[in-house]
Amino acid sequence: MNGAMSEGPIRTDRVITDGAAGLITRVEELAYELKVHEVMTSPVKTVTPDMRMSEVLVLFRDAKVSGAPVVAHGDLVGIVSIADLIRALQENNTDAAVSEYMTMQVTTLEASSPVIEALKLFKTTRVGRLPVVDQAGKLVGIITKGDITRGVLRALENDYQEEEVRKYRASHLFEDIVSDRTSLILRYRIKQGDFAHGGNASSHIKRALLRLGASPQIARRCGIAIYEAEMNLIIHTTNGGTIRVEIEPHQILMETIDDGPGIEDIDLAMTPGYSTAPDSVRELGFGAGMGLKNIQRCVDDMYIDSTVGRGTRLEMRIFMKPEEQLGDANSTGEWAARAGAARAAAREAAREKETIP
Amino acid sequence: MELKQVIDLVEGEVLTSGFDINRDVKGGCGADLMSDVLAYIGPGALLLTGLCSAQVVRTAQMADVAAIVFVRGKRPSLETIQLANQERIPLITSVHGMFELCGRLHEAGLPSLETPAS
Repeated sequence: MNGAMSEGPIRTDRVITDGAAGLITRVEELAYELKVHEVMTSPVKTVTPDMRMSEVLVLFRDAKVSGAPVVAHGDLVGIVSIADLIRALQENNTDAAVSEYMTMQVTTLEASSPVIEALKLFKTTRVGRLPVVDQAGKLVGIITKGDITRGVLRALENDYQEEEVRKYRASHLFEDIVSDRTSLILRYRIKQGDFAHGGNASSHIKRALLRLGASPQIARRCGIAIYEAEMNLIIHTTNGGTIRVEIEPHQILMETIDDGPGIEDIDLAMTPGYSTAPDSVRELGFGAGMGLKNIQRCVDDMYIDSTVGRGTRLEMRIFMKPEEQLGDANSTGEWAARAGAARAAAREAAREKETIP
Repeated sequence: MELKQVIDLVEGEVLTSGFDINRDVKGGCGADLMSDVLAYIGPGALLLTGLCSAQVVRTAQMADVAAIVFVRGKRPSLETIQLANQERIPLITSVHGMFELCGRLHEAGLPSLETPAS
């Protein structure tokens, strides 16, 4: 366990350029987000300066630790490690007091510091453990590289569980709310020419559908259709438009509405290869005259209503088969099982945190 | 085919992080036209493209693309790399051209995941 994080991806001594910042991993982010007190071991086994080294040996063996802070009258006065113990054994001097072998110059770490500070200290001081103190300098715990590895793994697992729990909650929406006909409506405002954000709304819609318990196939079909439609709003409209998605357990209705310029000849617009898009759009990989045809391929029902000078309304419907329905007993059994497992894992992690010596 | 084998075969440089290098790539698709990708690619495919706008990443996300290889040394902008990191879509760049890379991958057993036009 020790050393698992030592020389790894944590950049401590380099200036992080914008380029590098884009490549920072979640683990590296966590080194800044997580605080020392969240990963440290507490309460900590301590020894007193007048204890014998032979007693330290028993403590290390029984508590399965390889070092302990030395405390006298509530103050941290030193630290004794397994290396000190070996020295005492070599010198056949285990009757000696801890004060004779302990290290007195102790580097400490404040509990509220980010974990990255601990990593830096491990690197510069080359010690195996650091006592953790509160703002008043009182000993509150101890941290090793192993604690950091465990803490980061736990946090990564929580990231994963959060998404699972979100899915679980969302997928129950349709069961928890009782009405004769329940639907969920999502609306997005799309700006004309906003290529930089092109696809953001579609991305949110696809994720929402997955969280609501839609199958990957349904989410993919909806995602592709609405993405083409979103790009159409960005490329072809005068003032942008609105995306409206109405989700019901048995069907999804996606609509885009704009106020111009309108489509002159819908049949011609549906013809593969026919396009009015400028070259600048084609350079982005769109505008090849495939959009509407693509949408038609993905959805069960498509309807276009357009008047030149007034605007266009595009309706796309997907109908779910009984086994694909959102919030249906068929699918929620699986979600409930998954979320149950996630909760059990979270409890396990919490318990583990409590019982670490 | 595992993603790491793909990276080896294309002699690729990985531009993003935080993804599973053992992830399964079910097949390949080469295209610069995103509408073509949206229309004809199967889920779980590797996308080879010469286009490097943010729309490639969005397209990949909608079409459940397993990873993107930019051909002939093309590199997307930092914003695009960040978007890919956020959406956990691996980005790889290779100095080789489209034909060369499609050939290498196909020869190594990666099937086509492109649907022919009907």
